[in-house]
Amino acid sequence: MTDKKLIIIGGGPAGLAAAVAARDRGLDPEDILVLERDSEPGGILNQCIHAGFGLHRFGEELTGPEYSGRYIEMARERNIPILTNAMALNLSADREVTFVSPETGYTTIRAEAVILAMGCRERTRGALGTPGTRPSGVYTAGCAQRYVNIEGFMPGHRVVILGSGDIGLIMARRMTLEGAKVLAVCEIMPYSGGLARNIAQCLDDFGIPLKLSHTVTEIHGRDRVEAVTIAAVDEANGRRPIPGTEETIPCDTLLLSVGLIPENELTRGAGISISGATSGADVNQFRETSAPGIYACGNVLHVHDLVDYVSEEAVIAGCAAADRILGKSAPVLKSLPVSTGFGIRYTVPERIDLTEAQEDVRIFFRVRDVYKKVQFFIETEEGEVLVKRAKSAAAPGEMESLTIPADKLKELAGADCAGLKIYLKEAGGSAS
Amino acid sequence: MTTRELTCVVCPAGCRMTVTLDEGGAVLSVEGNTCKRGKDYAISEITHPVRTLTSTVPLTTAEGEKMLPVRTDKAIPKEKLFEAMAIIRKSKASAPVHTGDVLIPDFIEPGTNLVACKDFA
Repeated sequence: MTDKKLIIIGGGPAGLAAAVAARDRGLDPEDILVLERDSEPGGILNQCIHAGFGLHRFGEELTGPEYSGRYIEMARERNIPILTNAMALNLSADREVTFVSPETGYTTIRAEAVILAMGCRERTRGALGTPGTRPSGVYTAGCAQRYVNIEGFMPGHRVVILGSGDIGLIMARRMTLEGAKVLAVCEIMPYSGGLARNIAQCLDDFGIPLKLSHTVTEIHGRDRVEAVTIAAVDEANGRRPIPGTEETIPCDTLLLSVGLIPENELTRGAGISISGATSGADVNQFRETSAPGIYACGNVLHVHDLVDYVSEEAVIAGCAAADRILGKSAPVLKSLPVSTGFGIRYTVPERIDLTEAQEDVRIFFRVRDVYKKVQFFIETEEGEVLVKRAKSAAAPGEMESLTIPADKLKELAGADCAGLKIYLKEAGGSAS
Repeated sequence: MTTRELTCVVCPAGCRMTVTLDEGGAVLSVEGNTCKRGKDYAISEITHPVRTLTSTVPLTTAEGEKMLPVRTDKAIPKEKLFEAMAIIRKSKASAPVHTGDVLIPDFIEPGTNLVACKDFA
């Protein structure tokens, strides 16, 4: 236990996929340790019982437990040690991990590489500052999901949901199927943050109204939620509630699906540079952070809408960590920052380290707003277009990607290039 | 001739599709889909919509009662989702159980099964 070359913090879809990839890249399984704070591996997918996972990865539609089950099985087949009930307490920039578990007690191990795969957590009422009383019956959507799907009880019967993120939409359907009445889903933005197909199959299928540009302005009730007041918001005036549009809905439960925050306390503690746009670490294309030998992947790096992309990203980090340990990393020739121009909220990676063994680099990004008929561009700061692609529609809720071919990057290694920039142009004007 | 707008639910791309129907309600054309599965979904959605149902059933294990995630192994008619839930709510299972084990054969439709989605020792 005291001698491990690769420590992976988190045994969810990111951590497990990274472990499997590191093993398949040539690392001895005995040199790997996955730390998982829950009593079983699998992460949040254990409570995501709905179908829709794995279409890219496995070519079939799996439920969350089936998807994580495949990775748990792959890790088992490879004899990769997973320590459950293990909580990582501290991480240092020189890769010393301190954790505690019933099996090992309080333990510190220095590894040659560390992969951060801690996932994310939900924003809560405290982050919103919603006025009103403080009764029971206000839950984050993921908390309610755990109650229903793992603990086996219903947290309420007449439900209003604030925020149209995917977990909120999934829980609107789940609670409806379990006999609750979901009265409305309010979304402060003029568009949903969730996937279009979840609006269709979770709300439209059950006649649940989606109120765009609406928010909850007050929570009523002393011991238990008795009602919430909702109101339309003024898009032109900082999304403030519009007086006179208030409507009070009697209900016993308010679910919040208002965003996810990458869980980066350990990362910050190690002094690793964090991106303001993603709330995850700044990384290069190998998902290596500002601390050499510490990698990050999955929702701790940036919040993904598809677990398939989490696994894909974890493979990159797992292979890079294994290469480092096995002494197979190619030396870096030059580092190019990737900056965001018009219409782009963030990119991952934020920098490309050009190496002698240059491969294609896929840049993942999110757009700022809802756009129709867009063209995406990646160009050098000097104005040379490297990649462009047209798309009929783009929305912040759906992650986009562009691949820069290796030969174009190889040319840049010798050229005078200060960095890369990604932006979009609209052909059809901004959608309402 | 009428048209209907649909959001494809087959994969997370969520393609917006336009389906054109004749007076009798038969599908004349599907536009906006980017794969064949999308077209199949559009036709099925107009003629007879189906959904995969997922839920949980209580599971007796050596460590006490847990919740076992379950699913239909084929999509079932959308109008029968609540009928299916009423049956699931009365169901129970006991460990050991493995992913893919059939809990209720011929569930709702002949040839469709309710299956387990997780292993419990």
